[in-house]
Amino acid sequence: MIKSLKARHHDLSDKKTQLQFLSNGIFGEDKLPTFKQKISPLGEYPLKPTSIEILQVNVGYMCNQVCKHCHVDAGPDRKEIMTRETMQHCLEVIKKTKIHTLDLTGGAPEMNPDFRWFVEEANKAGVEEIIVRSNLTIILANPKYHDLPEFFKKNNVRVISSLPFYQPDKTDRQRGEGVFDKSIKALNMLNAVGYGVEGSDLGLDLVYNPGGAFLPGDQAALERDFKKELKEHYDIEFNNLFTITNLPIARFLEFLVRTENYEEYMEKLINAFNPAAVKGVMCRNTISIDYDGYMYDCDFNQMLDLKVEKTAGQHVKDFDLGKLEKRSIVINQHCYGCTAGAGSSCQGTVA
Amino acid sequence: MDKTYYDPADLKKFGDVAEFGPELAKKFFDYYGDVFKEGELTAREKSLIALAVAHTIQCPYCIDAYTSDSLEKGTTEKQMMEAVHVATAIRGGASLVHSVQMMNKAKKLSM
Repeated sequence: MIKSLKARHHDLSDKKTQLQFLSNGIFGEDKLPTFKQKISPLGEYPLKPTSIEILQVNVGYMCNQVCKHCHVDAGPDRKEIMTRETMQHCLEVIKKTKIHTLDLTGGAPEMNPDFRWFVEEANKAGVEEIIVRSNLTIILANPKYHDLPEFFKKNNVRVISSLPFYQPDKTDRQRGEGVFDKSIKALNMLNAVGYGVEGSDLGLDLVYNPGGAFLPGDQAALERDFKKELKEHYDIEFNNLFTITNLPIARFLEFLVRTENYEEYMEKLINAFNPAAVKGVMCRNTISIDYDGYMYDCDFNQMLDLKVEKTAGQHVKDFDLGKLEKRSIVINQHCYGCTAGAGSSCQGTVA
Repeated sequence: MDKTYYDPADLKKFGDVAEFGPELAKKFFDYYGDVFKEGELTAREKSLIALAVAHTIQCPYCIDAYTSDSLEKGTTEKQMMEAVHVATAIRGGASLVHSVQMMNKAKKLSM
């Protein structure tokens, strides 16, 4: 298993180095327009939120997998983890605001020892929807996780799982040897308790992301292929397929640079820029929170340490919906990833 | 003058051919766009056919473009290689089938 960039002391594990990369070079030399230059003529700068509806909480960067494209640079060697106290602050936000969705991500969020407590308390706090972004293999990683499908069901958790392809080869190249087979077993377990099957309210969505320096294809066409192949070969059912574009951050940025794909990939994103997608970017209705309780416009900004504007209050303890909805969203060149083609978000395409 | 006949950057300038003839260029690109739309064949199947044809006509621009496009549409590397072998078989077969003519002629001329 490969190590995280952080454990390897790689230059690109440093968030400032990543930001320099995204700000200088092709963008510093005016070869390509910056994201600000691109959205200004549309009247979208500064980029403003709409109504905040989703609290996306990153409960820690530890993961049992080390995917090659991971923007979190997650892995077994990452020890950053959210405490119950910080979770408590998040629960206060849920109680006192109109936010209807708690979106749990990581790392593998299930590895946080207080994960189950957090889910149960969020339900008690009256949140409408809880999403867990599960890598699937965690369910089989240790006997203590085998009952996760039952736990999700009992707590009415919507499961959104990464599965970049419906065949082993492409999946394992991106996510690690043997990941596909384990993912299939985990999906079978989720189906067995009612997730993703016809007539059930238990939602199971899959996330597709490209296995390299290219854009995702048409979401509906890929969903059709995934449904047909997974049903035919593995008897697996699911609800929706979300296509997500790889953003040039952390390990995917390192891949782009190492394979000399960076400039061409950025150009590809810019050429595919879609003004309609700017309207639907997820930072408009989401607040991302890190393991320490700091707030960001999205999980990608979190990984670049671009906190929400100071004037909006930067820690979940100081959560003020009014101030946050008036803030300007922090942008940089990685934002092109969310506005390319049909757009990209944690809920798939946006345009 | 450039020292090479092919430059990968020229692929991005394909649309610029309109500069020397806008009306025909427009007709061509409209037609091109329609051809690749989902129809009785899926967009993925059309992309794979384009990839095979690209190898037959040995167009480096098309090979780059339809390799990316096929990957985007969820085609596997094995499928892409099988498509190229189909092109290769037809192309090789086209030479080989002419040997029937060679044989006919040789037999006619020979005692």
